[in-house]
Amino acid sequence: MYPLKDQACIVGVGETAYTRGSGKTDLALMLEASMHALSDAGLRPHDIDGIIPPPLPSTSEHFAANLGVEDLRYAVTVHMGGASPVTSLQSAAMAVACGVAKNVLVPLGWNGYSTMRVRDMGNKSKGNGGGGSGAPGALANTIGEYYLPYGANVPVQWYAWLATRHKELYGTPDEAMGTVAVTSRKHAQLNDKAYMQGRPLSMEDYLNARWVSKPFRLFDCCLETDGAAAVVVTSPERARDLKHDPVYISGIAEGHPYPADDIPARPDPFTIGLSFATPNALQMAEVDLKDLDFAEIYDCFTYVVLLQMEALGLCKRGEVGEYAQGNRFALDGELPLNTHGGLHSEAHVWGMNHVVEATHQLRHEAGERQVKDAQLGLVTGWGDFGDGSLAIMRR
Amino acid sequence: MAETQEYRRPVPKMRGFAAEFYAYCKQHELRFQRCTDCNTWRHVPRDMCAKCGSFAWEWAKSSGKGTLFSWTTAMQPMLPQFADLVPYSPVVVELEEGVRMLSWLTDVEDADLQLDLPVEVVFDDVTPEVTLPKFRRAG
Ligand SMILES: [Zn+2]
Repeated sequence: MYPLKDQACIVGVGETAYTRGSGKTDLALMLEASMHALSDAGLRPHDIDGIIPPPLPSTSEHFAANLGVEDLRYAVTVHMGGASPVTSLQSAAMAVACGVAKNVLVPLGWNGYSTMRVRDMGNKSKGNGGGGSGAPGALANTIGEYYLPYGANVPVQWYAWLATRHKELYGTPDEAMGTVAVTSRKHAQLNDKAYMQGRPLSMEDYLNARWVSKPFRLFDCCLETDGAAAVVVTSPERARDLKHDPVYISGIAEGHPYPADDIPARPDPFTIGLSFATPNALQMAEVDLKDLDFAEIYDCFTYVVLLQMEALGLCKRGEVGEYAQGNRFALDGELPLNTHGGLHSEAHVWGMNHVVEATHQLRHEAGERQVKDAQLGLVTGWGDFGDGSLAIMRR
Repeated sequence: MAETQEYRRPVPKMRGFAAEFYAYCKQHELRFQRCTDCNTWRHVPRDMCAKCGSFAWEWAKSSGKGTLFSWTTAMQPMLPQFADLVPYSPVVVELEEGVRMLSWLTDVEDADLQLDLPVEVVFDDVTPEVTLPKFRRAG
C-alpha cells in the first residue's frame, strides 16, 4: 500500500498562448500561466505556500515576490529536464500529503523558440556557451569532454543512438514513428491552442520530409515554441471548496536510467527512467494498463514515444513497431495518444501541457477532442539523457 | 591525419579525469579506468568503482579493438564548426574490454554502418595539444 495514493489532486490549470515570439520573459510567461491556474482553481495568489519552479533561472523567490506569497513554506526544484514537470507533481503531492504545504504551484515556461533553442546547446556563437555549457549540469561534463568534440551536442543526436540500435535490432518500420507524428497532428486540429492547428500532416508528408539526424526526419522532432503552463496541487479536503472537481494523483513515480549521465555506457540502453517508474506508479494507483482511457506520452521525438511505450509495458520489447500502427491511438481508439497534439503539434513546454491536457480530459472539458467518458489517464515525462516520470491520474 | 589548417572544431575542455584520458590519447594510447580491486573497466571516468565501491584504480591500456554499437548520421549542422562535414556520423563503439565510447569512424561510408562492425582505434592529432581517438574498420 502506497500512502501517497489519491492524497493530492490538481485543482487548477493554466496556460499562456503558444507562440513563436512571445515578447515576454520566461518569468512573465510563467506568472501569467500561474494566474490562470489560480483563477481556474478559485484560489488567490497568496493562498500559495509551496512553489516548484523548473530548473531555469527564475527561482521560487522570484515567484513568491511577484505573487505576494509572504509565507513560502516549501520550495524545491527538480533537475530532470523534461521529466521535471511530472516529478514536480510527485514532490507537490508529497508536500501536500505531509502537511508541509497546503497549495503548491508548479509552473513551467520558457522562450523555447525566441531565446533558448535546444538545437543551440553548446553553441558559443549563439551565446549558449561551449564545452557542454548550456546543457543541464549533470550532463555538461560528459557532453563537453566526450561528445562535443565529435559534433554530438544536441538531444536529436543523443536519442538517435537509442533509436538506431533499437530499429536495427527489431526492424521497427518508419511508419511506426510516423504514426506518433501524424496522430498528434491530427489531434492538434481539434485544439485551438495548438501551434500546428490548421496545418495537417499525412504519413506521406512525414516520410518525404528532410532528414535532421538519422533515423530522425523533420517531423520526428517536436516543436520549438514560446509559452508557459502551470498547475495547482492541493489536498482532497481543500479541493471540496474549490471551483472544479479535483483530478486525483493516484500513482506517481520518477525513475533514472543507469548511469544517468552517459548514454553509451548503459548495460541495457532501452532500460530508461520510465522503466523504473512504471511499476511503482501503477502499483501505487492499483490500476492496470488496460484500465487507461488515454495516454499523454512525452514526445520530444517520435522514437522516444515508442521506447516509452515498451518501458510502460504497453507492448513487449521489440514489438512496438507492430503495436504503433493503425487506429490504436485515435480519440476513439484503444489508447488515445497525446490528445492535445503534444510537444509535436501543440507546444513544447516540457510536457506541462500534457499534465494540463490530462486534467481537461478528466474533467470532461476537452471539447471536440474529449475522450468519451475518460476516467483514468497517464502522463509521462522524459528528460536529459532519459530520466523519466509517470503520473496516473483519475477523476 | 592531422589537419594542415587551423583546427576550428570544439576540443575537449580536458578538466579533471578528462585531462588524463586525453593525455594518453596524445601518446597514442587508449586507456580507460580499471578498478584495481575487482578489475572492472569503466568509462566515462569516475572517482569510484560502481561495482565494488573501491577508490583504487589505474589507467589500463585497451586493445583498441571493438565493434559498432550504434550511431546517428547528422544531416543538419547543429554547430557551425561541423557544417562543412555534414553528413557525419557520431558512433558508439563497444571496446573488447566492455566499455563504450563515442567517436567517429574514419573509413566507413554512412550507408555501410551496421551493428557489430569490427573496428580498431586510430589516433588523430587534431592540434599540437589534442589527439582524438577515432576508429577504422578492423580486418
Ligand atoms: Zn571494483
